[in-house]
Amino acid sequence: MTASQADVQQEPPPGGRRFRVSRSQATQWALYALSLAIVLAVAFLVDWERLQDRMFRWDLVRAQFPEVVTQAARNTLVFTAFGFTGGLALGLLVALMRLSTIRPYRWAATVYVDLIRGLPALLVLIFIAFGLPIALGIRIPGTYGRGAVALAIVASAYIAEVIRAGIEAVPRGQMEAARSLGMSRGQAMRRIVLPQAFRLIIPPMTNELVLLLKDTALISVIGVTEATKELTRFGRDGVNANANATPLVVAGLVYLALTIPMTRLAAYLERRAAASK
Amino acid sequence: MTGRGHGKVAPAIRVRDLHKSFGTLEVLRGIDLDIARGEVVCVIGPSGSGKSTLLRCVNLLEVPTSGRIYLGEVEVTAPDTDLDRVRTRVGMVFQQFNLFPHLDVERNLTVAQEVVLKRSHDEAVEVAVAMLRRVGLEDKRHEYPARLSGGQQQRVAIARALSMGPQAMLFDESTSALDPELVGEVLGVMRELAQEGMTMLVVTHEMHFARDVADRVIFMDGGVIVEEGPPADVFAAPREERTRRFLDRVLAR
Repeated sequence: MTASQADVQQEPPPGGRRFRVSRSQATQWALYALSLAIVLAVAFLVDWERLQDRMFRWDLVRAQFPEVVTQAARNTLVFTAFGFTGGLALGLLVALMRLSTIRPYRWAATVYVDLIRGLPALLVLIFIAFGLPIALGIRIPGTYGRGAVALAIVASAYIAEVIRAGIEAVPRGQMEAARSLGMSRGQAMRRIVLPQAFRLIIPPMTNELVLLLKDTALISVIGVTEATKELTRFGRDGVNANANATPLVVAGLVYLALTIPMTRLAAYLERRAAASK
Repeated sequence: MTGRGHGKVAPAIRVRDLHKSFGTLEVLRGIDLDIARGEVVCVIGPSGSGKSTLLRCVNLLEVPTSGRIYLGEVEVTAPDTDLDRVRTRVGMVFQQFNLFPHLDVERNLTVAQEVVLKRSHDEAVEVAVAMLRRVGLEDKRHEYPARLSGGQQQRVAIARALSMGPQAMLFDESTSALDPELVGEVLGVMRELAQEGMTMLVVTHEMHFARDVADRVIFMDGGVIVEEGPPADVFAAPREERTRRFLDRVLAR
């Protein structure tokens, strides 16, 4: 806008032309044209019938229901719920340890967070499912148990950092005021600082929840039973059984139906929090 | 409570050879100070002189590097002192009010009573209402701090400190963050407290308040007490050159 105004001011329109197309406008038109060309090329080159046959066959779409919801989506949500609850509890503990005045607690928590966040979630999951039984003879019973514990551990490291940031965002004066009224550090933390911190971290926490929901897909590699299949495993099994990608596409759509409302909610909460400041 | 007697009872607050360093920066360089029960002491001085640090050391929000501090008979700097108990006996009012924004006014006043003093909820509310009445804000008890003016917030903060039944009150530049037209209401509450015989240690830039209300004025600079005495003497005829220069500067405005 300002560029075009400047152009107009610097060189008066030559000859009879009253309006000059500025350079930025020209670039925009070129980009529109390019996009249109790409869309048209794709539309002509792709074999739509074949694509629909391989990726979105109606009879296979219909065949996924109701199990894709009643079993697969349900299990995904169960894993998410257990993983998040456990991750929240463990994450809070780790966050408090990181802020502790006791140095070994801080060290232990820092190592834990660095370790878990520095490793691929998949590796942590495999280690807990297969490494722990071999190395230490610890075997967490049940697919639900193994999956939920593994997810909780992965989530806790990230959640701990979110909680820590939240606690540090509460003004120092709050802790001082509480202490000056005679509260112990723990009392002040629980009654005064944490309630304010949790309010601050609702938006980033919602994002963590979305990430965790997607990470439940990793459970499919540590072996699930028929009853504990989550969405990704459900889709993959469908692909193998039918030699067709439709089940995976359906599973993907169910993921989106879950995650998009959640990210929208997170964005809304973030805007509201920003507005109330 | 015991009036302004300067008798043989132990002073409310006693500070002996107090030093405080932050890293290599020595902020307090040997402070000795006695405050009698019911006495109102105003601490004045340029910023960075250590006034606030002195105050924060008295209820151990800052841990002294060396020296001793007594509240009544109790040495708060002794290693076996239960700090949390000690802090309930000294009320602190901050420059930034520091009300708890997630709690309404009444809960701001009751939470520590219940958690620390183990008062029942009803009892705590009764005290809270009485203290709010004292600062003239009884009708705001169900408001949240964000809906109050700065002056009202600071009066609530004073009521909150009072609801713990402290033997002394510390005021850390409690009107410095206020718009000029709101300073008066807070100073009014502090004046009343002084008249009721509360022991008060007040760090302030309000020279009029210091002159009118204080029993004694302390001028600090560079981490030491440069001069102290009755306000009439310190303000009218300061003995030290540094005091004179400071007063010239602040009173000229």
